[in-house]
Amino acid sequence: MRSFYTTLKYLAVTLWTIFVIGPFLWALSTSFKDFNSVTSGAKYIPWAQFEPTLDGWRVLTKTSAEGGVDIIEPFFNSLTVTGLASLISIVLGTLAAYALSRYQFKFGFVKNNDITFFFISQRIMPPVVLALPFFILLSNFGLLDSILGLIIVYIVLLMPIAVWIMVDFFNKVPREIDETALVDGCNPFEAFFQVVLPNSIPGLVVAGMFCLIFGWTDFFFSFFLTFTEVQLLPVRIVALNSSITPWWSLSAAALVSVAPLLLVAFIVERFLSKGNLSGALK
Amino acid sequence: MRFGHKYAFLLPGLLVLIAILIFPILFTVRLSLSGWNSYNPNLDFVGIKNYIRLFTSDARFWEAFFRLSFFSFTTVFLQYVLGFGLALLVWKDILFKRFFRVLFLIPMMTTPVIMTVIWKTVFHESLGPVNDLLSYVGVSYNWLSDPVVSKFTVIIVEVWQWTPFMFLLLLAGLLSLPKEAFLAASIDGAGPIRKFIYVTFPLMAPISIGAIIIRLIEASKIMDTIYVLTSGGPGTSTETTSFYIFIKGLREFQFGYAAAMSFTYLIIMIISLTVIVNVLVRVFNGRNS
Repeated sequence: MRSFYTTLKYLAVTLWTIFVIGPFLWALSTSFKDFNSVTSGAKYIPWAQFEPTLDGWRVLTKTSAEGGVDIIEPFFNSLTVTGLASLISIVLGTLAAYALSRYQFKFGFVKNNDITFFFISQRIMPPVVLALPFFILLSNFGLLDSILGLIIVYIVLLMPIAVWIMVDFFNKVPREIDETALVDGCNPFEAFFQVVLPNSIPGLVVAGMFCLIFGWTDFFFSFFLTFTEVQLLPVRIVALNSSITPWWSLSAAALVSVAPLLLVAFIVERFLSKGNLSGALK
Repeated sequence: MRFGHKYAFLLPGLLVLIAILIFPILFTVRLSLSGWNSYNPNLDFVGIKNYIRLFTSDARFWEAFFRLSFFSFTTVFLQYVLGFGLALLVWKDILFKRFFRVLFLIPMMTTPVIMTVIWKTVFHESLGPVNDLLSYVGVSYNWLSDPVVSKFTVIIVEVWQWTPFMFLLLLAGLLSLPKEAFLAASIDGAGPIRKFIYVTFPLMAPISIGAIIIRLIEASKIMDTIYVLTSGGPGTSTETTSFYIFIKGLREFQFGYAAAMSFTYLIIMIISLTVIVNVLVRVFNGRNS
């Protein structure tokens, strides 16, 4: 009976593993194909089934004038937008979360929980609802198709995540820490920056990672609010899909875009296994 | 100073968010009362004409909405069951535990649209591997062009993408459970199944509610995957509300009508999510007692 359970367990894990890595292996294999190997039916193993070429990877660094795809510029655009928007969201979100966790607010009938809900509820907002007004708003300020415009929009996407994770985290940081600091003669800001914040690194890391994930993987706003000047990575790659579909460079570009956040998976797992994540997630 | 500092913490974030959001929301409401389209690009006032059209003569919107509900509930249910199962599998003694944990997290770190582009090649009807492998057992499906099968294709892709998120929240929950309860159950001689029903599952109820709600919120916005995978097709068989609004507003430039749909959609989302939260809390707490 026991060995039956064990067999079943490893069978389930193996099946899911195949499901998870299947598309990646297929993309990896496809990225070394050329026109003939793609259009002659599904092929999997290089050399045995098709002659591998590096063309799919080479075009990634060429500009479009040279017939390439050039994902380097969009890659750094994505990095800038995601990085800066995450940073701003984390700073503002952490301060707000700290206030909501430690102080009582009352604006008429609006209390702490309502303010927290207001922050988090922005995730409910379907992107398509905001798309058109943002388009008009940004074009009025001349921020359409610009990095700054995208950062402003991404703050709306990311700050709710930062507030959600940090309120929960600060609620679990003992109040005695700040009170001791206040008694020792710190003002509230010193208490926060010198005492509470250094004790909140795990929460900040988790919040930061979630902001990076959701920023890096967003498509809709960058698709809709940028055209030619600023292109983010997902937009550039999806654009490949609409043309004659060069599967090889598509696959190679997809793998490049997915790679940076694989690192995040390792970091998340470290926090998870050390038990730090449970404090930062509900 | 004693009084002001708490606002110094709260207001920067709050005001920035309100400042960015207030215009879009007010503008959407105002736009929904206008007849702005590509022939008549003016912010005129037509009253609730758009809303009347939406509620009386637009079956496509409501079909898209029911399809969205179908997709949301199906995918979130599957993600919850699979995510819980996977979290239980790598919770305790298993070889290469940390390797599998990292591996199971990976899909949620990938960009949905980009992976969907890959999935589109995977499900390609004549050149993709799925039909190729299935041909060994003598079947093949039109994964992207059959109105019924394409719904399952969307569900498979969504489950692949977002089960890891469920897995992450539930595993974090499992790892934070108190050990005493399990110890007591072991002393009472409970087997693994009884332990799960009477100890693990009730203890996981609050985390389960949270995880399901978060996923339902995200699933209710599904749009990118469908845009890339099927573009709502074949016909309208995989079209969801967001995608329909996208077509009306940003393809056919019926801004006024699209704004009315957006606003209705938002209100429906807020109401239905509130109801769902209350139902979930009741269901899980009912099992608990």
